[in-house]
Amino acid sequence: MNTSVKQQPDVQKEESMVLQKAMISANFDALATAHEDGKKISSTFVPGNLNELLMCFDFVRNLPEINALQAAMRKKSGAYIMEAERSGQSEDVCTYVKSDLGMMAKGQVGPTGRPLPTPDLLLLSYTGCFTFMKWFELVRDQYDCETAMLHVPYQADGKITKNMRDFVVMQLKDHVIPTLERVSGVKFDIDRLRGYLKESAKAEEDLVWVLKSAKNRPSPIDAYFGGVYYCGPIFSAFRGSKGATDYYRALRNEVAERVDAGLGPLTPEGILENERIRLVVEGPPNWTHFRDFWKMFYDEGVVVVASSYTKVGGVYDYGFRHDPQHPLESLADYCLGCYTNHSLPARVDMLCGYMDEYQADGFLNNSIKSCNSFSAGQLLMLREIEERTGKPAGFIETDLVDPRYFSTANVKNRLESYFQMIEQKKARGGTRTAA
Amino acid sequence: MKSFIGIDLGSTTTKAIVLDADETVLGRGITNSRSNYGIAADVAKQEAFLDARFFLFRKLLKDLPALKGRLDEFLSNFEQDFRLEQYLEQLVELERICLESAGDERLGKDGVETRALLTEVFQQLKDEAPRQFEPGSRRRSDFFRDIAGSQYASASESVVPGSRISFEAMLNVYDRSIIEVENRVGDGADAAKFMSALHRTCDRTQRFSRLLDKLRAPLESVLGIEFEETYTIGTGYGRATLPFSKEHIRSEILCHGLGAHIMHPKTATVLDIGGQDTKAIQVDSQGIVESFQMNDRCAAGCGRYLGYIADEMNLGLHELGPMAMQATRKVRINSTCTVFAGAELRDRLSMGEKREDIVAGLHRAIILRAMSILSRSGGIHDQFTFTGGVAKNEAAVAVLKELACENYGEITMNVNPESIYTGALGAATFAQRVVLH
Repeated sequence: MNTSVKQQPDVQKEESMVLQKAMISANFDALATAHEDGKKISSTFVPGNLNELLMCFDFVRNLPEINALQAAMRKKSGAYIMEAERSGQSEDVCTYVKSDLGMMAKGQVGPTGRPLPTPDLLLLSYTGCFTFMKWFELVRDQYDCETAMLHVPYQADGKITKNMRDFVVMQLKDHVIPTLERVSGVKFDIDRLRGYLKESAKAEEDLVWVLKSAKNRPSPIDAYFGGVYYCGPIFSAFRGSKGATDYYRALRNEVAERVDAGLGPLTPEGILENERIRLVVEGPPNWTHFRDFWKMFYDEGVVVVASSYTKVGGVYDYGFRHDPQHPLESLADYCLGCYTNHSLPARVDMLCGYMDEYQADGFLNNSIKSCNSFSAGQLLMLREIEERTGKPAGFIETDLVDPRYFSTANVKNRLESYFQMIEQKKARGGTRTAA
Repeated sequence: MKSFIGIDLGSTTTKAIVLDADETVLGRGITNSRSNYGIAADVAKQEAFLDARFFLFRKLLKDLPALKGRLDEFLSNFEQDFRLEQYLEQLVELERICLESAGDERLGKDGVETRALLTEVFQQLKDEAPRQFEPGSRRRSDFFRDIAGSQYASASESVVPGSRISFEAMLNVYDRSIIEVENRVGDGADAAKFMSALHRTCDRTQRFSRLLDKLRAPLESVLGIEFEETYTIGTGYGRATLPFSKEHIRSEILCHGLGAHIMHPKTATVLDIGGQDTKAIQVDSQGIVESFQMNDRCAAGCGRYLGYIADEMNLGLHELGPMAMQATRKVRINSTCTVFAGAELRDRLSMGEKREDIVAGLHRAIILRAMSILSRSGGIHDQFTFTGGVAKNEAAVAVLKELACENYGEITMNVNPESIYTGALGAATFAQRVVLH
């Protein structure tokens, strides 16, 4: 029974949601006609994406993870995954990869139904996920197209050193930019890059304001289920564009209105009116059952106030901004600072910080069945966070885009148990003292 | 009398506990969950109230000089006789429905012959019934479906030769009819059965034959007690299907944690292996859950695994444990997947391995999986309480104890004889606390 959400006759869409939908749709349209329009296409991944740099060479940007999750939300990924398995990919392979490969095998039609032409370039900036490298190897094999790779050193000690930054900048100068020039036929213009980075910094400022608004009580946003929408433009083909800057300003204004009015987050069923539990969440959401999954939270008055998945495409809430004065260095710092490039202790520090800053009642880990890179160590992180914060932690298992891996009864059972556990502890007079 | 009810709707069985205001367990009831959780909950609750009357009757008889030194024997006989009365009542109902079912016009002459055979079969069942409920008798199951089903099958086997009706046709009649009987919730008019049982007990055993007059009044006073269903809490997998509001539902994790604490107050870690899930729960000194882990969407290695194996080997579930205890060597079974384990079982049998050794290996396989879930939840801390249906299996308990001590040092492991009721006890305790605290 839904006790927390006030039902509204029609789903309210805010201006920012309409804007975002139009932006995404326009990008898929641009991809569909890129070659007819005389433009080149670059595929690249969300973490460590060099969107502003690609824009300098007029590439239309294609992000395969975004395609996979969009396909999942439109109930298409299951068939793609089975197609990829039929061609030899095992059950355990990352389902983003299989959805992408299956989509290719089934005729390269994007989530909105528009064709997704063959890319001219694969730009891989490696930021901690080894699967990305293998993914592009498979895609390159299929498309036989040019590949540029940026090696981003892993932040094993949780710090970015000068050597690391210099190493990335050197590759940008010596390898990545020349490749982009050659494939696109466009000469690199650093002032054009500075202009885009200036826009990025503005959008980043507003995004951070929005994410930090969750410190309010009630939180005006859900920083996980809403947060993945809010991060959409800046994590994908739009960072650095005027469109993204406008989107984030509109979003900020909307959230500011909700803060002023003391309102909770907007859910698919209306404004959440009774914030009972505040959570920090690690791990991506499940995309195939996104609405059902979210409902399990808002039906119980649970709001996510901070999440790590909204940091995989860039960590901005500790002060980093793209810097037009130091364009290549700030691209390097951006890549180095992505959440996926953080060590386990650094991730624990960040999550414990969130627990404290956002006054969370608990920490939840959604472990992804087909993500071997990030599942390793998650239970240890969970224990450490539990120990350090004294707050109860919960653990669930789902998948990114494989509908077969979402067991509604099991997930709901675990979540309900976890929420009741938090309530029980709160009712008893708070949680255990932190170690 | 105020009563607080906890109902645990498991995937295999549904359990109910009735508490009084002092948190004393008055009664326990259990039934198979069938496909209808609502009925299962009602039946389990009704059984728990019946059990409560036995409990209160015992309390009244405790100081009766006439029963000094033989109270347990009397009550045991009395309960068996009551169960016999229940069984006979259900048999009559089953016979009526079977005869109706065989009256289908489409059966033509076969219908007439089937009804004749059914009458013969049910006569056999009624004649056999008292033996089933003799004092000290052990049944493969206490559920009507199982007892009657097994008796019906063997009686049918004996009557079909020489007739035109096949054994399968007889079983079809049973299958069509049993659900209706099983899904019938008693009308609560159990007083007559209690009194008949008292007569039966006193008539059957000479030692008690002169006690009828002395026992009638206490029994009537117990039967006169009216239970007020003050508050009910539901838990378990089927909880969402209960016609209860959200306030009356608790997760089984919380209920098992609290139930284990009530049973064994020094409990720190709880392992519950139920029909379709395995839960490892860490609780604090008040029984409040600190953390938990459970199996993911696959129920490999849970209670149903043993049920499936028992079916594969044509054994009763309760026979598996004792068989495994006879093992003389360890056979390694790698599959906790129920389907693969069946294949592995047949494979091992074909290789000439002994059944008891294989069954012991299967028990070890599920406990190894439980150990992995325990590790994820934070390990085993003293004291360690094992609950759920699988805790009734002595071989599972033995392997768990061995592996727990091997991995976590010497620990006290509690296995309560009533462990299957842990979740229901936790739920009933929550119900009592909602009202009284």
